[in-house]
Amino acid sequence: MLEKGTAGGAPGGKASGPAPGADDGYDGPILGVFLAIASLLALIVAARTSDPKMQVHAFVFLAAFLIGGFALGVRHYGGLVSDKSSYMFGVVKAGVIASMFWGLAGFLVGLVIALQLAFPHFMYLPDALWENFGRLRPLHTSAVIFAFGGNVLIATSFYVVQRTTRARLWGGVAPWFVFWGYNLFIVIAATGYLMGITESREYAEPEWYADLWLTIVWVVYLAVFLGTLLKRKEPHIYVANWFYLAFIVTIAMLHIVNNLSMPVSLTESKSYSLFSGVQDALVQWWYGHNAVGFFLTAGFLAIMYYFIPKRAERPVYSYRLSIVHFWSLIFIYIWAGPHHLHYTALPEWAQTLGMTFSIMLWMPSWGGMINGLMTLSGAWDKLRTDPVLRMMVVSVAFYGMSTFEGPVMSVRAVNALSHYTDWTIGHVHSGALGWVGYISFGALYCLVPWLWKKKRLYSNALVEWHFWISTIGIVLYITSMWVSGIMQGLMWRAYDQFGFLQYSFVETVAAMHPYYIIRALGGGLFFIGATIMAYNLWRTARGDVSAREQAPAGGLAAAPAE
Amino acid sequence: MKPTYEQLSHFAQTGGLILFVIAFILVLAYALSPANRQEFEEARRIPLEDEDDNNG
Amino acid sequence: MLNRHEILEKHGLLLTVAILLVVAVGGVVEIAPLFYLKSTIEKVDGVRPYTPLELAGRDIYVREGCYVCHSQQIRPLRDEVERYGHYSLAAESMYDHPFQWGSKRSGPDLARVGGKYSDAWQRQHLIDPRSVVPESIMPPYDALDRTPLSYADIAKRLKANRAVGVPYTDEDIEFAKKDLEAQVNPFSDDYDAFMKRYPKANVRDFDGNPSEITEMDALIAYLQVLGTMVDFKTYEPKENDR
Repeated sequence: MLEKGTAGGAPGGKASGPAPGADDGYDGPILGVFLAIASLLALIVAARTSDPKMQVHAFVFLAAFLIGGFALGVRHYGGLVSDKSSYMFGVVKAGVIASMFWGLAGFLVGLVIALQLAFPHFMYLPDALWENFGRLRPLHTSAVIFAFGGNVLIATSFYVVQRTTRARLWGGVAPWFVFWGYNLFIVIAATGYLMGITESREYAEPEWYADLWLTIVWVVYLAVFLGTLLKRKEPHIYVANWFYLAFIVTIAMLHIVNNLSMPVSLTESKSYSLFSGVQDALVQWWYGHNAVGFFLTAGFLAIMYYFIPKRAERPVYSYRLSIVHFWSLIFIYIWAGPHHLHYTALPEWAQTLGMTFSIMLWMPSWGGMINGLMTLSGAWDKLRTDPVLRMMVVSVAFYGMSTFEGPVMSVRAVNALSHYTDWTIGHVHSGALGWVGYISFGALYCLVPWLWKKKRLYSNALVEWHFWISTIGIVLYITSMWVSGIMQGLMWRAYDQFGFLQYSFVETVAAMHPYYIIRALGGGLFFIGATIMAYNLWRTARGDVSAREQAPAGGLAAAPAE
Repeated sequence: MKPTYEQLSHFAQTGGLILFVIAFILVLAYALSPANRQEFEEARRIPLEDEDDNNG
Repeated sequence: MLNRHEILEKHGLLLTVAILLVVAVGGVVEIAPLFYLKSTIEKVDGVRPYTPLELAGRDIYVREGCYVCHSQQIRPLRDEVERYGHYSLAAESMYDHPFQWGSKRSGPDLARVGGKYSDAWQRQHLIDPRSVVPESIMPPYDALDRTPLSYADIAKRLKANRAVGVPYTDEDIEFAKKDLEAQVNPFSDDYDAFMKRYPKANVRDFDGNPSEITEMDALIAYLQVLGTMVDFKTYEPKENDR
């Protein structure tokens, strides 16, 4: 997927064209040497290891490095080095395709594990440990958060930073390294889960060598993003880029600290975490909560701050509010982690601190929501005609809802009931499906016509179908999880007239059955919606326009401003 | 003398609070300062001023 | 012109540094003091590092993602204490690298599951959960019963644990393999040496198949020790335990 000179970008030489990239030249040779060394390392590990799983991964790494080296050679000797006076949009296109692919895969695995909980009799294969819930659940969470969400963030950040700085991405071939390197990490993580390679740290399960690889990729990502900011032609750094930068910097910090561990040996996949017990729990949830805060919130807020104004053709409601929003959000979020550890062996002052900051977090969250929604003021009619804009606005509404629910659940008394139950799962999915999912879908619906240079989407009617099917799916999902979660929490603490616990644990499991079926139905609808989207985007990239929506000249068909 | 756990956590919490208040005031001052009004107004329009969108 | 550009360039870096400072504060304030807890926490009698077999079982517990559905952290709430037993103490997970507190109870808490069920029940339940608990939604782990435990590197695993702070002695590491084998055979010659290193450890053939050490042996050995190290008949709570 190497970018040809014409693969995208504004016509060069125009006054509005991007600042040229005077930075590359050494990028190819450096990457070549790096890939050669990395291949050698992978080969040594593959040859010396006595751990069969490690061997599989060593070969995956080796194959990836060799293919990368080959592609680099083709690029260099085949004259495919891109036109440096244009924007670098080839890598954004690749990110859009990868997002759609991983999104479908992640939603599908989610559906499978939802069905496993609803129908354990049919959904487990005998003798197949790889297919059990304990291994597929991390596959689902990583696929949707890191594979889908991560590719959306990389693609949109590379797009937005070029557009808002009017500069080509820094680093020559480095953005391609970020894209392929990140997706290699995803493949290593996913195949690792299936083989049972895990650190058992939620949302940070990959083992030490995958973590090291991601660290390298992430540092290059930061360099590319920062390098582009530094050579910008625009005097201001637009607020969306602040959010992207906070996302990249903070995830680097969280990732490194949380994954500190001691491998059994350099040729074995297994490692033991540096911290233990209480300290380990706090470090993990400091990471876990801020993965939500900086990956799933800050990153996607950046999308909100660029794509909603762009699509609505109105500037953001208040730039001042966005500045206060930004700083207070990142300051407060980082403290909120301990609310995952209420009533545990964590010292009480840390729990209280976590709860206090979680409640305070409500303010910046709603500040951001208001800023996003009010951007539409004076243009509310567009919600009627433009389903893509509607999707993004509903996404911001979901953001408001789950950032209200979150602080409520962080209160110790509420948490005593909600913790360990499906209420948490419902909360996460109102944020994940409603907020992250919809804002990403909105961005992808915007990006495909822009990048493939089409006037419009293949079909707005299909966007409507996607919107309504998915929305019904989300509503089924979160309401069933609310009901089952609260019911479960109440059943656990119910006492009979003699002062004994009223229900055995397994009675509470049996009571969940109907809700698990409804949840799977909701997830299924969400998946169907996403397949409709994939089809629509594919036809759009091909340049088709739905026969029904081909407006006769001067016709009434309401095609939104693109 | 080595600080005890209590002393350290007390110091950390007080320091954190003070730092938070100072940081918040600084941010508010920056955001609300009339001197920056013009700059923010320009920055606000950046996404919309990119003319060649449909080519992109 | 040039100067102005330089200042702007610095803005990007300044912004990065400012972000890093702002997000570092919370972590430092909340997490750093905890590392002083070690010196102030009262050591609770009975808590010992895992035996090699328990550690191997724990690695399987981690590998299969049991933490996804089972917590190991009993909160001091009336119903939890009545359902699962004494609330969890910080000291009880002090040798857990990584911790296994979990975040969701699709199945019951396992912090004190040790000794609650027989080995035979555990084995049958793992092989086919619904044969003993019809309403269960747990996946089957029949494969563990047939898979021989791979423990050639068990000494290295103890060593890695020592590197991150678990007080295994040189002797523990040297005899790790022997200790692992001794724990499934009450009649072995190494029994006394093993019991001296790991007092009160369970020694028996856990999976009912003496001809082979399977992954099932290891996992059940781990499950049967969970929450049993502290004797709550004699335990007196002290202020800093949690």
